[in-house]
Amino acid sequence: MLRDQSIDHVVLERGEVANSWRRERWDSLRLLTPNWQSRLPGHRYEGPEPYGYMTMAEVTEFIDSFAKLSGAPVRAGANVTSVRRTDGGYHVTTSQGEILGRAVVIASGACNRPVVPPLQEGVPASVEQITPFDYRGPEQLPDGGVLVVGASATGVQLAAEIRRSGRPVTLSVGEHVRLPRVYRGRDVLWWMDASGVWDQRYDEVEDLTRARRLPSPQLVGTPERATLDLNALTAMGVELVGRWAAVRDGRALFSGGLRNVFSLADLKMQRLLDTFDEWARLAGCDAQTGPPERFEPTLVPESTRLQLDLRSGEIRAIVWATGFRPEYGWLGVPVVDAKGQLRHDGGVVDSPGLYALGLPVLRRRKSSFIYGIEDDARDVIGHLAGYLGASQRAG
Amino acid sequence: MTTVTNGVNVQALLDAREALKGAPEAAAFTWRASAKWQSGVHSQIKVQSYFGLGQEQNHRDEWTFEADHPEVFAATDNGITPIEYLLVGLASCLTGGIASVAENRGIQLRSVESTVEGGHDIRGILGADSDVRNGYNDIKVTFTIDADATRQEIEALVAQSQKRSAVFDALTNPTNVTVEVA
Repeated sequence: MLRDQSIDHVVLERGEVANSWRRERWDSLRLLTPNWQSRLPGHRYEGPEPYGYMTMAEVTEFIDSFAKLSGAPVRAGANVTSVRRTDGGYHVTTSQGEILGRAVVIASGACNRPVVPPLQEGVPASVEQITPFDYRGPEQLPDGGVLVVGASATGVQLAAEIRRSGRPVTLSVGEHVRLPRVYRGRDVLWWMDASGVWDQRYDEVEDLTRARRLPSPQLVGTPERATLDLNALTAMGVELVGRWAAVRDGRALFSGGLRNVFSLADLKMQRLLDTFDEWARLAGCDAQTGPPERFEPTLVPESTRLQLDLRSGEIRAIVWATGFRPEYGWLGVPVVDAKGQLRHDGGVVDSPGLYALGLPVLRRRKSSFIYGIEDDARDVIGHLAGYLGASQRAG
Repeated sequence: MTTVTNGVNVQALLDAREALKGAPEAAAFTWRASAKWQSGVHSQIKVQSYFGLGQEQNHRDEWTFEADHPEVFAATDNGITPIEYLLVGLASCLTGGIASVAENRGIQLRSVESTVEGGHDIRGILGADSDVRNGYNDIKVTFTIDADATRQEIEALVAQSQKRSAVFDALTNPTNVTVEVA
């Protein structure tokens, strides 16, 4: 888009194109979005499985092809160590030299570091701790029980994979987003797209801060289009416990409020499915999809464990599926808030000529999905071009 | 949205939420109670002052509570048991939360009643079995709600109330408690 506007630009990448997908993901990971939703400007999935889910190798290849096709001027191996304001723009320091730019687009994403809660300090040294950045597969874990913390997409996927390796798995569950993989015969993300939920703009969302902090939905990309919710995990023999609240004397203490986080997720899913049904009715799609469905409430165990002795040897490893955060230590412009998040209005950062793309609900609910980047980029680059034009006229 | 009359000043709460977002000092409250032993296991507890919004505050009146054990505990039943006070707190916290959320969502309540039951194995506090905990084994709250809303909306009120309930959190999550001698 910058090329189309004849705006001179460079793309700085600390590693190689598609670095995160090459280096910071586990072996079995697939996208949770169906392949037909892999669309970048002028480049879309054209393989034999439009309703399938790409592996990491396929995603890497997809993005690599796009980089070549679009002729984007990428400088690989250029790690940005500092961005500071200067006369007329920004001074960017990289491992390959200095660059001056009138504008900067921050596209480093929201997942630069795994979040590990302070609880980690209370974990005995005899228990191994792993984040999704280090995890490649269950074979690297010690034999024995594993405690997976967090019931996001990562959490449920890893809990299932590790359970299938034969290990006992306990999953600590806080607030989460439950979705069926398939609804009325179609991928749930088809519904998100078709019904317009995904296109909902950031300035129409009731609680934007909350929407931007939502954990990733409990979805997985499998050829069978399996639903991977907590009931599926319970059926596999995964033990569910409440949110991990504290460590005391080597014992992990879990919330006794697990039942309510199940209710919250079930009710939220129901409201979303109601929205889909209402849209289908109004759009006249009822004939092309199956009848409305409702799903079993999340099963509550008779009683759930409130504590677990981390010194007993029952748990040999802990996998922290407790989210990710962006890293802005290199950003020498005061646009980061007290919680470490960028201050921006729909991708227009609180400093002239500074922009962001690829953050959750940046401009739309679909902002952080491959599918959502094109529309957001068009808006942000439009603003950037306007800014450059105006600043040029202003001399 | 119709005007509801549950009696909760939701606007004031929303304003306070905005105002306090970046003001942790103002948001730091300290609730207090002072207790005096009477005799046996009977004590009298008074509550009036608390700290919040950066200064000392007072309830309109001084409130007095009696706590005791019942006759089946070979005591004098001058008041409810300390452990029952937790059920009082939980029921009232959740009920207030339901009213607030209903007001915010424009749902008219007609009646909200609840019963709370706490399962308690007293061998814990008697020291008869060290595997038995002192506190509740489980607590169950049952709400009967008559409101201008679907069942799903009512369930959502109850779920949201728990999500934001001080006493629900205090009971379901660990809390640091320090007890010292002056």
